[in-house]
Amino acid sequence: MNRQAQSAVLFLLGASLLHAGTTDLYLRYVKQGLRPLVLVAGAVLIAAAVATVWYERKRARRQKQTDEHAHPEPRVSWLLVLPLFALILVAPPALGSYSATRTGTALQEPLAYPALPAADPLPLSVVDYAGRAVYDHGRTLRDRRVRLTGFLALDPDGTPYLVRMALNCCAADAQPVKVALTGQVPPVLQPDTWLQITGTYTPRRAEDPVNGGPIPYIEVTEAKPVPAPKDPYDESWNN
Amino acid sequence: MAITKAVPKGTDDHREQARPQEEARHLNSPLLLTMLMLVLVLLQSPIRRALSAPVMQSWTTVFVAVMVQALPFLVLGVLLSAAIAVFVPPSFFARALPSRPALAVPVASAAGAVLPGCECASVPVAGALVRRGVTPAAALAFLLSAPAINPIVLTATAVAFPGDPEMVLARLVASLLVACAMGWLWLRLGRTDWLKPPSRPSHDGQTKGEAFWGSVRHDVMHAGGFLVVGAMAAATLKAVAPESWLRAAADNPVLSVLVLAILAVVLSICSEADAFVAASLSQFSLTARLTFLVVGPMIDLKLFAMQAGTFGRAFALRFAPATFALAVVVSVLTGWVIL
Repeated sequence: MNRQAQSAVLFLLGASLLHAGTTDLYLRYVKQGLRPLVLVAGAVLIAAAVATVWYERKRARRQKQTDEHAHPEPRVSWLLVLPLFALILVAPPALGSYSATRTGTALQEPLAYPALPAADPLPLSVVDYAGRAVYDHGRTLRDRRVRLTGFLALDPDGTPYLVRMALNCCAADAQPVKVALTGQVPPVLQPDTWLQITGTYTPRRAEDPVNGGPIPYIEVTEAKPVPAPKDPYDESWNN
Repeated sequence: MAITKAVPKGTDDHREQARPQEEARHLNSPLLLTMLMLVLVLLQSPIRRALSAPVMQSWTTVFVAVMVQALPFLVLGVLLSAAIAVFVPPSFFARALPSRPALAVPVASAAGAVLPGCECASVPVAGALVRRGVTPAAALAFLLSAPAINPIVLTATAVAFPGDPEMVLARLVASLLVACAMGWLWLRLGRTDWLKPPSRPSHDGQTKGEAFWGSVRHDVMHAGGFLVVGAMAAATLKAVAPESWLRAAADNPVLSVLVLAILAVVLSICSEADAFVAASLSQFSLTARLTFLVVGPMIDLKLFAMQAGTFGRAFALRFAPATFALAVVVSVLTGWVIL
């Protein structure tokens, strides 16, 4: 790959990072906090592309007589076309039910159980509900209607879970937190559909078939499909 | 390209013959790139269809995620490395590091604490240090310690293990020990001819700006290509290997350490995030999880690919297994003493 082609690849790589960073696309792959870094990296790559073209033109003018050729970069550089293609043309979706059913629930004991506001129904994150239900035995959840948002995943034996992938840095370390559904579960269950569920706490528990982790149940009273949220991951563990 | 004018008559024919071939070789890559992009755009709907199977979708997502997450850190490392290569004179390192290599190793290991980033940043920086005349043993110690002991990573570890604060200390101690031991091991057994000679053209006759951006371009294209290899390997294992295998290993103390060490290598998680993953592997012992945290930032698939690209394959093939073995042994000993 000569320098012209290299500057083209650098430019496209920078532009695709800027594109991902300025839209919500980056949220499918990395945590929110990385946004400034993604944008700066995109800008630096574009600057490197411009600088390469600029110095290449100067060099061409200066070295007309000496005819010295730069050694070509290794072939491995061509692989940089792949992430470009994947990011610009394919833009894969956020991790969904496939990874969720293959990975065990990553629920951890919360540090504290802060008092909940008086809203009804009470909007809670899947992670928050699962933590309170399992480790606090639902003490703060009794006699409350709660509302959870997550996507649907089906166990090999057909148990429906409401899942949110929890993210620490990027999708490679995303891990699911699962809440099993019981009660008025919708009759047709399509994995990966996003659902907003209203329900109540139930002390019933299950064990995750993958890692034996605890999965609490929720007694569903109402379930309606909703569009996927802007940030598909739960990032509460970052704070 | 009027070059024939000044050339003596005798070599003229020879030059004329070589010219068209060279011209063709150099015209190739932009043309090839354009055609490749065009073909990819034209074929995008069949490719998208092929990628819509759940396995492939999850593979592509993890692949893109590793790239998007690692590129900013790679760019940070590349900028630092270019700055070292262009603006810091070699005499600075001669003064900053003890002249005895055996002493320079621990100093360089401890200096790893000041590079706030993950492992992708440390590879180009260590490469620049070697080219700047720092003794390879010290640069390698820095390469190993920087991603594991910087404040960001240690803070993340403390947050991920709120009930076990000694985990932070154990990680710091074990990582420093491995980095120093590898540096000293290199002093005793390492041979310079394993290291790839610097492949970049010299900066003679260039302005500082030209040298700086030339170094940035070279490192991004080079390390970036190897990063793609590593990201593909990590995505494949994440999408294909079932996690239920882990459960069987967790009960056996020896097996659990080995399994988490191998997992750290294949998952290639950024060192700023690995503590959270380790915390969630709660069926494993603390020592096994410490091994995961010590091995991961020092050697994983993505790092191996980048080390092979920066320092040469002969080096990486010897360095990586030694690092792995030493990291496992030191983690077990540290875990035994501290945890």
